Amino acid sequence: MLNPDLHLKENMFDAPEQSPTRDGFGHGLIEAAMADSRVVALCADLTESTRVEGFKKQFPERYIEVGVAEQNLATLGAGFAAAGKIPFITSYAAFNPGRNNEQIRTTISLNRVPVKVCGMHAGISVGPDGATHQALEDMALMRVQPHMTVISPCDAEEARKATIAAAQWDGPVYLRFGREKTPLMTTTETPFEIGKAQVFLTADNPQAVIFATGPLLHNAMLAAKQMGDEGVGVHVVNVATIKPLDRETIQAQARLAGAVVTVEEHQIAGGLGSAIAEVLAQEHPVPIEFIGVHDQFGQSGEPKELIEHYHMGVSHIKDAIRKVISRKAAH
Amino acid sequence: MQPLTDSEVYELTARANAIRQTIIEMLVAAGSGHTAGPLGMADIFTALYFNVLKHDPQNPDWEERDRLILSNGHIVPVRYAAMAHAGYFPIEECLTLRKFGSRLQGHPERLRLPGMETTSGPLGSGLSQAAGMAYALRMDGKQNRIYCAMSDGEHDAGNIWEAAMWAGANKLYNLTGIIDRNNIQIDGYTESIMPLEPLREKYESFGWHVLEIDGHNIPQFIAACDEAKAIYEKPTVIIAHTIPGKGIREIERDYRWHGKPPSKEEAQTFLHELRTMQGKVTSEHQ
Repeated sequence: MLNPDLHLKENMFDAPEQSPTRDGFGHGLIEAAMADSRVVALCADLTESTRVEGFKKQFPERYIEVGVAEQNLATLGAGFAAAGKIPFITSYAAFNPGRNNEQIRTTISLNRVPVKVCGMHAGISVGPDGATHQALEDMALMRVQPHMTVISPCDAEEARKATIAAAQWDGPVYLRFGREKTPLMTTTETPFEIGKAQVFLTADNPQAVIFATGPLLHNAMLAAKQMGDEGVGVHVVNVATIKPLDRETIQAQARLAGAVVTVEEHQIAGGLGSAIAEVLAQEHPVPIEFIGVHDQFGQSGEPKELIEHYHMGVSHIKDAIRKVISRKAAH
Repeated sequence: MQPLTDSEVYELTARANAIRQTIIEMLVAAGSGHTAGPLGMADIFTALYFNVLKHDPQNPDWEERDRLILSNGHIVPVRYAAMAHAGYFPIEECLTLRKFGSRLQGHPERLRLPGMETTSGPLGSGLSQAAGMAYALRMDGKQNRIYCAMSDGEHDAGNIWEAAMWAGANKLYNLTGIIDRNNIQIDGYTESIMPLEPLREKYESFGWHVLEIDGHNIPQFIAACDEAKAIYEKPTVIIAHTIPGKGIREIERDYRWHGKPPSKEEAQTFLHELRTMQGKVTSEHQ
């Protein structure tokens, strides 16, 4: 059942409303700017598609156009932060933090300045644009940088809250957003705290737990619900903060279920699955199956067909659950 | 600004000489590091810390301070030496350069040393940070000036030109770039590795006010910084023509001294040369 403490959308399994996480970012950015005059936004010639447009209209004097220059985007951001601002630097994740990774490492993370790196159009679901624009390694790039916090919101509402929280967080943050409309699972009442994983779905006598991040969490919810209907109890945990990871919740859930599936729209290497495996290998080793992209580049296609092609669909998650439970039995 | 008096020029020149000695001493103690660049920029860093910059060594985070961004972090020994002489920390601490636990990292780190505005070393990223600060401080109506010291070799990097374009477009009058035009980089002479000329015209076409000076003429450098303050519509870049290894005849203009420290024996010779002002003074001052 849905965790009643989290005030989740009851209709998420049937007819959920849809909104892109980047829209949530756009609203959150304006709220953050209203609350704190230090908030500024920099954009690399993608104002509309990064959803910085609304901010630009409302706070023209706090909007900074950079042009198509993502290395400059990052390093300018570092300068703004060193001079007392809270800069949100925005572009597509393939370029920010893809192209400007070293600049982020040296001038933001090592400098430890409160720049908020916002990567839009992340994941395979950017679709027709093809492999060049499908960032599948951005969380891995950001997760390995000391001082960096990494957040991957599951829906537009969580994206809004994460953006506001990032503005208040004292340090560099990477925020990952998607292009496509995806189901709303959380509500304005759902709490959000950086570093806290949330158990979205519970079952009596759970046999497996899914740790999922980003909009693909919805597929995890559907898979778990269907498994429940088939008599297999599965918990689902929303891991919105990839770093710092909520080790406590992850261990507790792994102990309870004894088998783990991780779900992310990202390379298996270095992302959420790797982060979970690192914790559990050390604290409580259990069988783990990984849903995500397995060391491949993407290609053009409709988001849904790509999700299916790269084995991140509901049926693939269900297969992974069955497999991980069978491995637990063989253990 | 009043022109410098003769005694002020003498004081600054003597200070630059002492800073060069500190650079040699710290490089020998470290056993690694860059020699030519720090010596070549000793006059400019002396002028910055002892004349140009509004700063307070006792209060490195003073809000009203001017910001000096060092983009080519590998010449940081000259900045450490100048900061120590200016009173940021004891001169003896310079001998900890590049040692375990030292605040004086091989390449500078903002979080380790008060007064070090940015972390640098990976080339080409200083000007953007300086430009970001200049814009942000201008937004807040602050009067602080931002200086960014760069090498000529790092102008191979695209990030520099992205910053140059952006600073020009935004008319950052409070930003002054300083280019150490010493014509060397690791693999050889800049014009044979990747020609930068015409450098003046490049910057002018990007919307900058450009000044060219002798980087070893302290009054000329100070006058250029003053002129930059009077330019309201553009950022200014000072192309400072310098001699790598300046002050020590054996290594001047030799690109092979870019990335290595002197041996103990060489250091004795070099220090003697500095203390006698290249043989002009017979009684050696310690």
